[in-house]
Amino acid sequence: MRVLILCEHESHGIRLCSRSAVAFANLVAEQTRGSVECLLLGHSVAAVAQDAAAYAPVLVADHPALANPLADRYAKVISDVVKQRGCDLVVAAATTFAKDILPRAAGLLGGAMASEVIGHEFRDGQLCFRRPLFAGAVVATVALHGRPKLVTIRPSAYPAAGVRAGHGDITAVAVDEGILPKKTEFEALQSKLSNRPDVTEARIVVSGGRGIKSSEDFERLVGGLADKLHAATGSSRALVDAGITPNAFQVGQTGKVVAPELYIALGISGAVQHLAGMKNSKTIVAINSDPEAPIFEVADYGLVGDVYELVPQMIAKLDGAL
Amino acid sequence: MKILVPIKRVPDTDQKIQVKPDGSGIVTDGLPFVINPFDAIAVEEALRIREKSTDVAEVLAVSVGTEACEPQLRTALAMGADNATLIHCDAPLDPWNVACVLRAYAGRYQPELILMGKQGVDDDFSQTGQMLAALLDWPQATFASKIEFLGGGLRVTRETDAGLEIVRVSLPAVVTADLRLNEPRYASLTSMMKARKKTIERIPTAQLGVVIEPRLQLLGLEAVPSRRKSVRVGSLDELLVKLRDEEKVL
Repeated sequence: MRVLILCEHESHGIRLCSRSAVAFANLVAEQTRGSVECLLLGHSVAAVAQDAAAYAPVLVADHPALANPLADRYAKVISDVVKQRGCDLVVAAATTFAKDILPRAAGLLGGAMASEVIGHEFRDGQLCFRRPLFAGAVVATVALHGRPKLVTIRPSAYPAAGVRAGHGDITAVAVDEGILPKKTEFEALQSKLSNRPDVTEARIVVSGGRGIKSSEDFERLVGGLADKLHAATGSSRALVDAGITPNAFQVGQTGKVVAPELYIALGISGAVQHLAGMKNSKTIVAINSDPEAPIFEVADYGLVGDVYELVPQMIAKLDGAL
Repeated sequence: MKILVPIKRVPDTDQKIQVKPDGSGIVTDGLPFVINPFDAIAVEEALRIREKSTDVAEVLAVSVGTEACEPQLRTALAMGADNATLIHCDAPLDPWNVACVLRAYAGRYQPELILMGKQGVDDDFSQTGQMLAALLDWPQATFASKIEFLGGGLRVTRETDAGLEIVRVSLPAVVTADLRLNEPRYASLTSMMKARKKTIERIPTAQLGVVIEPRLQLLGLEAVPSRRKSVRVGSLDELLVKLRDEEKVL
């Protein structure tokens, strides 16, 4: 299969999650004796293209009209590239970037799409995908009919691809501004200011729930422990609803899906919607004052107690002060 | 202005989902169903737009599926939607199929705005709104947490991984609702009673000229077993020892 990876990038290079998409693409290409290419869209992205070329040959659509990821424009460019190059499969990491853009591209390309893929296999030579349903309580195996097929993959399911042998291979894609849709205009991005790691990429995530009563307490307890462990912070939906944490912090079925090496749940009861966002973490620790909290059923290690008492002690112990 | 709000019927998220022994589907006997929570947010937003504007002629709720979708359309009516339409289809539907049906229906109904949930909480695809926008060649604003009317178009604040993104789209447009857009109202008992008497228009899918060709075929379902250690530790010291020496994560 001819596999195209839609890359997501930051200022300096492609995002770690896109390297997971490359890993998926490499596997499928190997299994089908096919090929892989990255597609990068943006403006003034020469340095990013260099970085992407370390993982796969790169196609770059570099144009001022593509400076911001507007779905209608991006989907148009993607679908044109897919048609011109005869791609069989398009993949991107399941982030808000791709969740916005890729289904729109699928709408232009015949609609054979599966999102949030966590595994794949061949049945009678047919490529099939595994994806979670019902907040992760169930896994479905699905087949896609039509060509091209488009998928988003969960980065936690495919370890990031390493640097390949042989660099270079950067090809410019001509962008005709005249045929791009112009019904959407970018106005602003209010980016979150955080010096902590990205919650979807961090090795350790410390998360807070209903047991945390205010933003100050969240910062002191969840933030304090996270900083001690060089971890990212997350929260349950309850804290987002209460205005204690921003929406971007929400881990769960309708927020972010994370699978770090260590997930520490502080004062989180463990609603099924939250579990959907973190239950594939390698090791799960729960601290909660309610011994009956459902979070303890999915935790590897549970400690019953008050987070207001235990977390400061834990921070102190990690300092070696006690 | 007319606002179209597509609604999906999904199992109540508080319910435990069980897979049929042959893996062909989930056990639906006795399972309560609700309006997809994100679609309820879309209904609420459409109602608030109507309440604030003299410009909105109608808020129409629409579902694509079997007769079983009727109670959720009645709930939308009870919340305050002016009318409801059931586009009847007994075949299993994937996001592409629903997008194609809605495209055909939008061609007939001519709304200025299609407001819908950002994803169904049953299968979590998050594809239908974007596909619909592509098929209609309309602009889209997904994961909306704020919608403002400005100069004949919309200014939409979107929840993205990078932060809050603000975009302007012209009308007609497709907007998908995120969690923080609003808190949907509850339908009162009286309004539920009134909604029962309303007529729900029914249209067979075939009448819209849409042929349902599946793009996504379900091969089977499996329940996901938990494989956790579930060890209760007695103290912080014990926890730290486990994490350091057994799991080697600290």
